[in-house]
Amino acid sequence: MSLIRIQNLARRYVMGTETVHALRGVSVQIERGEYLAIMGPSGSGKSTLMNLLGCLDTPSEGSYELNGKDVARMSDNELADIRNREIGFVFQSFNLLARADALHNVELPLIYAGVPPKERRERARQTLVNVGLGDRMHHRPNELSGGQRQRVAIARALVNSPSIILADEPTGNLDSKTGVEILSLFEELSRRGNTIIVVTHEEEVALHARRVIRIRDGLIAADETNPHPRAVVASVSAP
Amino acid sequence: MNSRTMTPWRELVEMVRMAANAVKTNILRSSLTILGVFVGVFSIIAVMTGIRVLQQNLEDAMNGLGANTFQFQRFSAISFDAADWEKYRRRKPFRIVDLSQLERRVTLAQAVSASANFGSGEASSRYAQTNPNIPGNGMTPEAFTTQNFTLGEGRGFSTADDDSGRLVCVLGFDLAAKLFPRGSPLSESVKFQGISYKVVGVLAQRGALFGQSRDNFIAIPLGTARRLYGENLSVQLQVQAPNRDTYAEMVEQARGVMRTMRQVPPGDDDDFEIVSNESAVKQFRSLTSAIRLGVAAISSIALIAAGIGIMNIMLVSVTERTREIGIRRAIGARKRSVMMQFIAEAVLLSEVGGALGVVGGILFGNLISFVVKAPPVIPWDWVGIGLAICSAVGIVFGTYPAWKAAHLDPIDSLRYE
Ligand SMILES: Nc1ncnc2c1ncn2[C@@H]1O[C@H](COP(=O)(O)OP(=O)(O)O)[C@@H](O)[C@H]1O
Ligand SMILES: [Mg+2]
Repeated sequence: MSLIRIQNLARRYVMGTETVHALRGVSVQIERGEYLAIMGPSGSGKSTLMNLLGCLDTPSEGSYELNGKDVARMSDNELADIRNREIGFVFQSFNLLARADALHNVELPLIYAGVPPKERRERARQTLVNVGLGDRMHHRPNELSGGQRQRVAIARALVNSPSIILADEPTGNLDSKTGVEILSLFEELSRRGNTIIVVTHEEEVALHARRVIRIRDGLIAADETNPHPRAVVASVSAP
Repeated sequence: MNSRTMTPWRELVEMVRMAANAVKTNILRSSLTILGVFVGVFSIIAVMTGIRVLQQNLEDAMNGLGANTFQFQRFSAISFDAADWEKYRRRKPFRIVDLSQLERRVTLAQAVSASANFGSGEASSRYAQTNPNIPGNGMTPEAFTTQNFTLGEGRGFSTADDDSGRLVCVLGFDLAAKLFPRGSPLSESVKFQGISYKVVGVLAQRGALFGQSRDNFIAIPLGTARRLYGENLSVQLQVQAPNRDTYAEMVEQARGVMRTMRQVPPGDDDDFEIVSNESAVKQFRSLTSAIRLGVAAISSIALIAAGIGIMNIMLVSVTERTREIGIRRAIGARKRSVMMQFIAEAVLLSEVGGALGVVGGILFGNLISFVVKAPPVIPWDWVGIGLAICSAVGIVFGTYPAWKAAHLDPIDSLRYE
């Protein structure tokens, strides 16, 4: 059974009299443990696809099975629980709570999962250590560099042990050196068995993935396997 | 590990915790809103505390009559209505002669007594003298029991004192202390309105009622007062039943006797008042109910205004925190969790004002306890009611903003700048 199975997925936005066809019918299967890059020019529908995969949005047409379950038939609460347990989001703009420190930001998904305070603090702490931020637990986002913020966001995505990490242009707001560090972190996570889907429009980023899906105008233009994904050279503190 | 969900209790705890954090950071901006709740709760609590202090004072002090005793009066115990006063003033006063009639005809009574105020004056001893504002009371021997007087030292009046109009007196506690700063006043002589009396007793301390000492007076036998000041003294008559069970029946009998004595036509209202400790307290309650109602109206308006303020500030807060809401939804918050978080925030906000109002109201309301020299009071029931109202205000006015927050589209929220 595939982890993700989408068929003819379409998403339209109606704005006044105009209808935007953000996705026009996309079919993909993604297996557990894959490291997949989604590429395409700006406006091609990448984020729309990610939002659908992440159960933040519902398709206008088509079907989406996650872990063999039909997402279209799920209630609002079930979707929230899927986002909480099965999905870990990483955004271009980090999307951390500005008023909370790193530890609390990472704890957040565990709160909604109903994990008791002591256990969730311990797990959040451990996950922060794993992404190399053991010494930044009590810093707020504005006291952290861009790369560190994105690590906090990744820790938050990881903390509830989701089935998939969805990262929408995670290096888009970072300088290239920091971007490379983040990518090597993804690579490390992938090596440890996590399923990772990264949206990017930088060819450089895609070279690291084992599979690349190219999207153009809401349709899949190419679905390539990368036989020799390039390893990131930058050193990171061992996760 | 991943199959866990939040129990409703855990969810409530977590959402309140989140809300508390948000309120902490917003407290200054919210101070105007909080002020509204403060005013609403403050006015309720202050007035209720004040009334409670007076009522407590009245109840403590309303041992003015003995057990199972009532008093015939021309005037109602408490009245603020000028028209009533006119009516009371036109009533025939009770005279000393009424006493013997009552004694004879109210067969259910255990004791019947009379007392009369024969005017105020200056009292003096060989040590000290007072201002000319000391009330003088004539009392029959039984009046000590029916008016619940306890002797501190010496004795009350005997029938012989009364019958032969002896020049003896009993002093109130404060007056005795003033006239005889050292040593016992017993057998000493006190001069009142130019007449010398021998002190036979001193009363135990009775405390103040509505700020007025009830220990600053001189009592002489009613027979003596009658001899010195004439038959026409206006008196108050007390009637005591032997026990609780016969009290009501006795009141009716005495009422009938009094109506006959005063020739009240059948069907007409009594032209006198029957006042007991309980009836005075009851009357105080009904009088203050108008005040309570007024305060309820004022504080309702304040609380509604405050509620609208809370709604407004919460709507602003929801807009400002659109992004936060999107983040929470993206990482798995259910709509209900978001809603609870914002309602909890509104409630906490309201409770901050409420708690301040409770504290302020209790302090302010107890100012009156200094004035009337009564112990301060904390009206716990109203504290509970006040805080419950705050919660209700928070819930009622926080629900719409919270609903709005919960129903924001997660994707739009995440994009919100
Ligand atoms: N909420 C929305 N409302 C209207 N149009 C939208 C919305 N989200 C995306 N679009 C449109 O859908 C298309 C695809 O957008 P998006 O998936 O964000 O592209 P990408 O992430 O590849 O840059 C674009 O034309 C965009 O303008
Ligand atoms: Mg995009």
